[in-house]
Amino acid sequence: MEKGGKELKVSAIKNGTVLDHIPANQLFKVISILGLKDCANQITFGTNLDSKLLGKKAIIKVADMFFEETEINKVALVAPDTKINIIKDFEVVEKKVLRVPDEITGIVKCANPKCVTNHEPITTKFSTEYENGVLKLHCHYCEKNTGSDNLKIITEN
Amino acid sequence: MPKSLISIHDFTKEEMLHVLDVAQEFEKNKVQPILRDKVIATLFFEPSTRTRLSFETASNRLGARVIGFSDAGNTSVSKGETLKDTIKMVSNYVDLIIMRHPLEGAARYASEVASVPVINAGDGANQHPSQTMLDLFTIRQTQGRLTDLSINMVGDLKYGRTVHSLLQAMSHFNPNFTFTAPDELKMPQEYKDFLDAKGIPYHETRDLEGSLNDCDILYMTRVQQERFTDPMEYEKVKNTYNLTASMLGGARENMKILHPLPRITEIAQDVDDTKHAYYFKQAENGVYARMAIISYLLGYK
Repeated sequence: MEKGGKELKVSAIKNGTVLDHIPANQLFKVISILGLKDCANQITFGTNLDSKLLGKKAIIKVADMFFEETEINKVALVAPDTKINIIKDFEVVEKKVLRVPDEITGIVKCANPKCVTNHEPITTKFSTEYENGVLKLHCHYCEKNTGSDNLKIITEN
Repeated sequence: MPKSLISIHDFTKEEMLHVLDVAQEFEKNKVQPILRDKVIATLFFEPSTRTRLSFETASNRLGARVIGFSDAGNTSVSKGETLKDTIKMVSNYVDLIIMRHPLEGAARYASEVASVPVINAGDGANQHPSQTMLDLFTIRQTQGRLTDLSINMVGDLKYGRTVHSLLQAMSHFNPNFTFTAPDELKMPQEYKDFLDAKGIPYHETRDLEGSLNDCDILYMTRVQQERFTDPMEYEKVKNTYNLTASMLGGARENMKILHPLPRITEIAQDVDDTKHAYYFKQAENGVYARMAIISYLLGYK
C-alpha cells in the first residue's frame, strides 16, 4: 500500500487497478498480454524501480479499469508473483493473487516449429499443467508441451 | 461436431474394443458394401503410399467412392489456400475425410472446421491412430487376448510415434513392457512417467538378444532417417539391431513379431519364414481396422 510519507514514483490513481511487483524485464509482456496498447484509459507505468524483493521491478496503474478474473490471470504466465490491487477512491479495497488459468487461448505461441498453429492462421489453445513444479503449456493441436521458460507472446493479432 | 479419430485418446477403451470386434467381423466377411451411397475424401498433403492404399482399399471394400489427392503439389494448396478453406470446401462434397499432413495438429484443426468426420492418417511426428488400432487388432488376433501380455518394443523408441500411441492404448490392458533401444533412442521420460503413474511395469535394455525370450509380442521399428537432423547421429544408430532367424531359438511358442513397415535391416529376410513373423498379416489387418473405423465414425457399425 502506498500512502503517507512515502514518495510515489508513479502517481496514484483514484479508481482502477494497480499491478505491482512485476519483474522489470516482463513489463512489456504484461502490457501486451492485457492488450493495454489499445486501451483508451489513462495508464501510467514505471519500470526499473528499486525493489527489495526483485531488485528491479515495474508497476502499472490503469485508471477506471477492473479486469475480469480470467483476463488478469493471464498475467500469471509471465509474472506469477504480480500483486493486483483494486483501488477505489485512492484506497486499496481488494488485493488479488494470480492463479494460472487451466486453459489459455491465444496470447502464447506454440514452441513446436512443426505445429500447424505456426503455419496457418489459427488461434493457439493450451491446457496448463505442472511438471515437477514447472509450468507447461500442452498444445491442443500438436500435443507438445511448451515450457514456461520458452514462452513467446503473440503481440499482433 | 461429428465424431472424428485424430488421436488414440479420442477412443475410450470400450470404443476401441468395439471397433476391434467390428474389424474382426470385416475380416470374416470382407464384402459388405454398406457405404454404397457415400463419398470419402483421401487428402494426402504428404505422400504415403502404404497408408493411402490401405485406406482406399478399405473405403472401396465398403462400397464407397473415393476422391482426393496423393500429393499437395497439384492442388490449390500450392496457390496459397489455407487449410481451413480446403477442408471447408471438401467437407461440402464428401461424407468423411481421411487426411495426412506434414504439420502436427493439422488433423485436429481440420476436425474443428469440417462438418463431417475426419480420420487422422498421420500428422507429422504426432499421431497415427489407425496404425494403433491395427496393432491392437493384430495383437489380439495372435494372442487371443489383449490383457496381461509382455510386449518388447525395439528400435527407435524416441521418435517412433507408433510405439508411443501403442503404449498408451495398451495401458488399458495391464501389460508389462520391455524397451530395447540404443541410448540415443530411448523411450522419452514423459511416457515412462505415464506408465509409473498407472503402475505399469517396464524395464529398459540395449541388448536385443537378451530380451527376446520373455515376450509375447516383439514390436520392431525402423530407425527413421527423416526424424534425424544430424546425419552423423543417424549413421551411429541405424544398424544397431538386426534380428535373424537364428536368434529366435529360445523365443516363446506364441511370440509374434510385429513391425509397422517398411523394414530395412532390422529384420533379416530369413525371419519371414519363421512361425514368429507376422508383419505382413499385420499390414493386411490394416484394411479391416480401417474399414471398422470408417463405418463406426459414419454410424454404420
